[in-house]
Amino acid sequence: MIGIIRYGAGNIFSLTATLDRLGIAYGMVYTEDDLEQYDRYIIPGVGHAGAAMQKLEHTGLVPQIKALNKPTLGICVGMQLLTAHSEEGDAEMLDIFPVKTLHFPQAESFKVPHTGWNQVFAEKDNPLFANIPVGSHFYFVHSYFIEYDEAYTLASTNYINKFSASIWHNNFYGVQFHPEKSGTHGETLLKNFSTI
Amino acid sequence: MLAKRIIPCLDVKDGRTVKGVNFVDLRDAGDPVELAWNYSQQGADELVFLDITATVERRKTMVELVKAVARQINIPFTIGGGINEIADADALLNAGADKISINSAAVRNPALIDELANAFGVQFVIVAVDTRVMDGKNIVHLNGGRLPTEKQTLNWILEAESRGAGEILLTSMDHDGTKAGFDNGLLKQVNSAVNIPVIASGGAGSVQHFVDVFQQTNVDAALAASVFHYGEILIPDLKRELRTNNIEVREV
Repeated sequence: MIGIIRYGAGNIFSLTATLDRLGIAYGMVYTEDDLEQYDRYIIPGVGHAGAAMQKLEHTGLVPQIKALNKPTLGICVGMQLLTAHSEEGDAEMLDIFPVKTLHFPQAESFKVPHTGWNQVFAEKDNPLFANIPVGSHFYFVHSYFIEYDEAYTLASTNYINKFSASIWHNNFYGVQFHPEKSGTHGETLLKNFSTI
Repeated sequence: MLAKRIIPCLDVKDGRTVKGVNFVDLRDAGDPVELAWNYSQQGADELVFLDITATVERRKTMVELVKAVARQINIPFTIGGGINEIADADALLNAGADKISINSAAVRNPALIDELANAFGVQFVIVAVDTRVMDGKNIVHLNGGRLPTEKQTLNWILEAESRGAGEILLTSMDHDGTKAGFDNGLLKQVNSAVNIPVIASGGAGSVQHFVDVFQQTNVDAALAASVFHYGEILIPDLKRELRTNNIEVREV
């Protein structure tokens, strides 16, 4: 069963509605004791990454999250929390991935936030992207991105530059797009995560 | 590549769609959730619900609608209509809305854009602008195009962007309902002037009109209502034609 880590960053109605629709069981994690009841975790998040990190620190769960050895998926800002640093609020993050969250540079005819459906290219063989064709569209809304890194990038997307649409290291995963809003491919990804 | 988005718009009153719907085998053509689900299956990239409920219960009605949609639909959606304050937006966000659209409330109180963007992030705030040409100038209108304001359209859009609009939904009231094509001149001007996504609205009558608006203006999305509701344009056919014209669209 998936434990959704609650720390006050954003609404999770769409995420839980999608899990309900897919018949994937989940519960909420507020405390260290709650963590033990689940065999995998989702870290959701929308909004300001620096503010989100502050809220996460207020839960007191940061050491436990860093020490997790069960599958853990960060979504959008929840993924950016896993990186070392974010330019949004110039904030130190969890540093589970030694990569940076950066602001999109200004570029002619590229609008920010990066809003809409863009193609995601899995670059490694991993069950998270099982049954999802390479180049499928997923739904993005973000102004900050995680830099591309051969060691940690699981899937990439091109917008202004090539960035990490998904990262993977041991039991930790992150996706920049919103699988709960990404049609059937997004649903497949969440199903994949529930059995990873 | 980032795909161009196709957005059906549904008008809803008291929890029911109000414009006639005459396509596919809907069990209940007045049920916005069933209609929305159908559009998502056809390949719509996003949905907009405009709620025109005018009762004191309106916020509750909108929240119920948003929850019902969020439970069933796996694509993003926007809700607009009568959002006047932070509390309205907060209730809709928590019910699962991805974005809200504000129109006359923003014209009357531009600071509402700043407040909403600060509270929920720019990605949550669409500013809808209804425009009509008067004496050769595009002027912002309220009340479905009946009430002119003193604001020039491009100036207002630039102000909305600087205040924190995350997206602009621009409807030409001169083109709306004509089925003669989008206002590509204005859309091109606006799209080149802002650095946020622009949704074109008003005038869609044929597949070629969608090809034209994307090729001539490079807007991010195109919205239409009746051509989709009456089945005059089917979204899979539309996307096939856009792809044939080398316009990037999402495959379902």
